This record gives sequence, structure tokens and C-alpha cells, in this order.
Amino acid sequence: MRIEVNGIARDVTATTVAGVLEELGWNDARVATALNGDFLPSSARAAQALRDGDRLEVLAPMQGG
Amino acid sequence: MRDFYGVTLPNALMLGTAQYPSPAVMEAAFRESGASVATVSLRREAGEGQGFWKIIQSLGVRILPNTAGCHSAKEAVTTARMARDLFETSWIKLEVIGHADTLQPDPFGLLDAAETLAADGFDVFPYTTEDQVLAQRLVDAGCHVLMPWGAPIGSGMGLNNRHGLRMLRAALPDIAMVIDAGLGLPSHAAEAMEMGFDAVLLNSAVAQAGDPAAMARGFALAVQAGGLAHGADPMGVRDMGVPSTPLLGRAWL
Repeated sequence: MRIEVNGIARDVTATTVAGVLEELGWNDARVATALNGDFLPSSARAAQALRDGDRLEVLAPMQGG
Repeated sequence: MRDFYGVTLPNALMLGTAQYPSPAVMEAAFRESGASVATVSLRREAGEGQGFWKIIQSLGVRILPNTAGCHSAKEAVTTARMARDLFETSWIKLEVIGHADTLQPDPFGLLDAAETLAADGFDVFPYTTEDQVLAQRLVDAGCHVLMPWGAPIGSGMGLNNRHGLRMLRAALPDIAMVIDAGLGLPSHAAEAMEMGFDAVLLNSAVAQAGDPAAMARGFALAVQAGGLAHGADPMGVRDMGVPSTPLLGRAWL
């Protein structure tokens, strides 16, 4: 399945958001997620199925003013 | 004393975490400033986020995530929800930018997002202007803290509209207000505190100084001085000179 992660096309085998985060090495990372432009709580990632063409945003803490 | 959504801060300085020459310089600036709040943002994870988060945690300060860079209410609301999930705080510095050059807030998008977020249980810190009507509408929407700008973000100009800020401070005496954006020198921060504002938030003034740690210390002292001056009930201003030394007993020479 091909999805877009942070604007980059990725071929993934996992079928849930939690699975994809683990596949990409972010299973223990402190990140926030949005799927197709909508907020996806961390508690909902395991149950959230992915479909071909989905857009996943994975955000991390960053410097800010 | 006005609090920030039930929280009484140990001091009136909030400091941003961006633009420092290095993480070590940022840590030194925080130590010297004694700031009680650090602003942070969310960006796409590209390998730096986890290390940055460890540094922030080690500062031992309260976290105020922002929605910097958002230009619509929807973007800002989504970013705020992601921030709450990530940072485990209901505090959010709400920025909805309306103009690319001035970085002036979009008052309509700001109010829209503030209404949604306040209803959703957020403690909203809206980045706003000195506009009193907008301020009242934000309060009506559920904001108990306001963050009026001193001047455009990153400009270092200080308090551009002293009269407007004084009017705003007087109009909403029960609302905690933080002067956010545009400060360049400790004297700007002292002036804001002398006017009765509850705190100042700055970033570039410290991070872009030649010696950020020394500038951070300067701001800490200025904020303290300004706060003391406000609490001490300053004397009135006169147009004419009035001698302070007694005239009585003056010699006939």
C-alpha cells in the first residue's frame, strides 16, 4: 500500500496508523498524528485502518516562539 | 493577582525556544532568565524532535505549545488538538496569522478558533492585537488570558501603541494579559510590566542577541523591576518642574 507520510510517498505493509508508525521506527517516539488533514488521537491509532493514498502527518516537538 | 487558568506563575517571564545558536545556548538562556514558561511548536518529525523534547523536559518549566504558522481557524484547531495530545497540556498559544508581512493575527479566524477550542476544554492564550472589541469577544468566547502584541513578531520595536495597550489593560481588569511579540530590549519588558501587564513572552530578543544568556538575565531583571514599580503605585506625571528639595529654610545669600 502506498501512502503519503509527511508529504513523502511511502510503501508500507502495515494496515493501521499504529502499525505504520512502528514500521517507520516511531513506535516509541513522542509524536502527534493527523490523517487526511484531521486530528487523530494517539489512543485511536491502533484501530485506525489505512487506505491507499491516505495522507498521514506525523508531528514532533519543535522549537517555537 | 491574576492567574493563568488557575496557575500562579513564579515569575512573569515566558521565553521561546527557537532561533538559538545551539541547544546549549538555549539552556543557558533559560537558566539565566529564570523563565517559568517555555513556548514550543509542532513540526513534521525529521529526526530532531525527540532530542529536542528531552532538552525541554530538562528545563523544568511549564510548556506552552503554539499554533505558529497557521493561517486558518481549521489549521489552528487541528494543530492545537495535536499539541494537547503530544504535550499533555490544555494550554495553547493560539496564533492565526492574517498577514504574511506583519504577522498580524486574523481576528476573525482567531475568534472562530478560540470559540471552538475553549468549548473543547482548552485553556486558550490568544495572540491578539490591542483591539478592545476583539479582546472582549475573545473573553466572551471563553478566553481568560489574552496575549496582545507589543509590535509585529520578531520586529524588536517594543510597545508600538502604548495608548491602545493602556486602554486594553484598563478595560479588562480581571483578565490576565501577556505582552507577546515585538519586544527587543529589557526596557520594553519593564515598560509593559509597569503598565500592569501580567507577563511578557519573548524569543527573538534573547535568541538573536550576541550573548543570549546575558540578555535573558537582563530581561529577568527588567520584568522584576517593572512589576515592582507597578505594585508600588508610581507617581503622577507633571508638565512643569516641582522642586523636591524643601524651599523652607533656604538661606538668604
